[in-house]
Amino acid sequence: MDIYREHYLNCSYGVRSWLLTKDHKRIALLFLMSITLFFFLGGAFAVLIRLELLTPQGDLVQAETYNKLFTMHGVIMVFFFLIPSIPSVLGNFLLPMMIGARDLAFPRLNLLSWYIYTIGGLFTLGAVFSGGVDTGWTFYTPYSSVYANSHVIATAVGIFITGFSSILTGLNFIVTTHKMRAPGMTWFRLPLFVWSSYATAIIMVLGTPVIAITLLLVGVERAFGIGIFDPRLGGDPLLFQHLFWFYSHPAVYIMVLPGMGVVSELVTCFSRKRVFGYSFVAFSSVAIAVLGFLVWGHHMFVSGQSPYAGMIFSFLSFMVAIPSAVKVFNWTATLYKGSVSYDAPMLYAMGFIGLFTTGGLTGLFLATIAVDVHVHDTYFVVAHFHYIMVGGTVMAYLGGIHYWWPKISGKLYPEGWARFAALVVFVGFNLTFFPQFILGYLGMPRRYHAYPAEFQVLNVMSTAGASILAVGYVLPMVYLIWSIRYGKTAGDNPWDATGLEWQTPSPPPTENFAATPVVGWDAYDYGAKEEEKELQVV
Amino acid sequence: MSNSSTALAHQFDDIEQQHESDSLGMWIFLATEILFFGGMFLGYSVYRAVYSPAFSEASRRLDVLLGGINTAVLLCSSLTMALAVRAAQLGGRRTVIALLIATIVLGSVFLGIKAFEYYQKYEEHFIPGPHFEFAGANGRHAQIFFSFYFVMTGMHALHMVVGIGIMLTMIWLTKRRRFSPEYYFPIEMTGLYWHFVDIVWVFLFPLLYLVDRS
Repeated sequence: MDIYREHYLNCSYGVRSWLLTKDHKRIALLFLMSITLFFFLGGAFAVLIRLELLTPQGDLVQAETYNKLFTMHGVIMVFFFLIPSIPSVLGNFLLPMMIGARDLAFPRLNLLSWYIYTIGGLFTLGAVFSGGVDTGWTFYTPYSSVYANSHVIATAVGIFITGFSSILTGLNFIVTTHKMRAPGMTWFRLPLFVWSSYATAIIMVLGTPVIAITLLLVGVERAFGIGIFDPRLGGDPLLFQHLFWFYSHPAVYIMVLPGMGVVSELVTCFSRKRVFGYSFVAFSSVAIAVLGFLVWGHHMFVSGQSPYAGMIFSFLSFMVAIPSAVKVFNWTATLYKGSVSYDAPMLYAMGFIGLFTTGGLTGLFLATIAVDVHVHDTYFVVAHFHYIMVGGTVMAYLGGIHYWWPKISGKLYPEGWARFAALVVFVGFNLTFFPQFILGYLGMPRRYHAYPAEFQVLNVMSTAGASILAVGYVLPMVYLIWSIRYGKTAGDNPWDATGLEWQTPSPPPTENFAATPVVGWDAYDYGAKEEEKELQVV
Repeated sequence: MSNSSTALAHQFDDIEQQHESDSLGMWIFLATEILFFGGMFLGYSVYRAVYSPAFSEASRRLDVLLGGINTAVLLCSSLTMALAVRAAQLGGRRTVIALLIATIVLGSVFLGIKAFEYYQKYEEHFIPGPHFEFAGANGRHAQIFFSFYFVMTGMHALHMVVGIGIMLTMIWLTKRRRFSPEYYFPIEMTGLYWHFVDIVWVFLFPLLYLVDRS
């Protein structure tokens, strides 16, 4: 019954038309598929970790295998899922549409970015399946550069290659945001997702080259024994930690900033209100990007770093809480007197706010030197960063996928199932990770396959939670794929949202807009939309 | 149809927007390169401060004459590169090709001299690793100096090889009449990249060769 309309999905067919596409929307889908694959692979390692931790002694795997499991879980989830997730999938799909452009500034680089990601991923997978790596995702020297007896170089090369994918995406986003905005789309009319993607892109561009050279030096040291990080030869392992965290702490903001952007979109849309304090939320993204580069030393409080440096890093880490809190307060204030509805994306957004706040506040514990000495390298830290990365980023990612799914696929997902899945994820997540705060505080160290018997109850709770969480993650994959075929046709703007991406058909045509839009209004102009609706009723 | 409209990529409205985007993109890329080399410069500075005597001693084993010649060669190659960009703006196809070839020749001379220096260091057992030998009080720390020497100049040389590859592509494209005074951006971007590589050397040369020569 639908009238045939050409859009980006049906304009050409065949594997070739996808593998050689320069359309940002198709490249986003390529990323979506590869990233989903890595997510479930990384998840599989998490399942094995949790199963082993069901009992105090090592029965499923022994120490060496366990070391490889948590390393590969970390490497895959951090470098191949969390970092590219929202930027490469949602950012790629949405950024040009949100600013009223036909494509990113460099479509070929964008496709190259996916190829680089895939090659780096295959390299790492090769390392994983030929025996894996056991250094922890942090590759601390001199263990990684001299002693480790696993595939360190191959894994490092894989991450090195994938880094360039990140750099190219970041570069593309920055140039696109500067140069490709539609007429009238001023900086302060940009959706907040664009602001946070822009801030993320800055971190990607400035941080990633540093991890590249660091891993390169580790590889060279391992291959040729040059001794830059090897204390036996006069090198300094602390230098490695500085270089590593100079990227890897800002990388946390690469993971969470885009999530914050997604949540800003969701909260405004489902409260039918303009975001509270637009420019504060916008600038807080930039502030997080800048401050995020100055706090890496809080990973090194007990590494033998100068205590004065530690104090400054502690202070600066507290400072990052300010722009983060600005966001949380402004989202909350946006809800106030809004006409809030609880569709699935909003449930994820609410989940994000709660879990991110918990993760952020426990981050302040860790930024306090004295407390950090107590909980350093315990499950408290594990719980803290999973609250940010899984409770924050993954919730936002899923919320965003649901929210923009009608635009991406042209179909509606089943709302009831989606709300159910969101609840399952929330419950499963808290059951998995909240006990780990307690475990860590009681002194259970991370990265061990065995533990004293008194920690078993909490570990069983955590494993039980992980099983629930796994169900929560499989559900959306099932019903979203189902909806491609059986879902109801979505219409151009099922949420009655304001962004430019909703003013074009779903799925959008290859060139996004029939004519370049001219923007004469601010972002999140829900007030005007509501008035319009009232007038129609009258 | 004029050349400029065929060169316009579909996502841009006009050639000026494309030029600005290309240029901004290239500068951002160079920023990432600075951070990339920055990691090595940081490491160098740390050990230079900690193992100051060893670094002075090891630095004196480098051939400052060859290093000096190389610096001159590379600065000249930046001149020919700059002239090539100017020629491209003016539309002189043959001049562009001649100047790019000159740049490639100078770049290759640099790499040749560098290879000869590497060979010398190999003969003198200055390659870090099990066969490293250094007569002097600070052999262990001198090895770190040579580690940085090889990693930094090696990375720099790799960038030059890439640059030469890009210039060969540009020559080929120029021959195929792909550029015009309206659309010469790829040559301009090649120029930016080459100057960047040059500037890295301008920092490497004093840090590695001249650190303690008065």
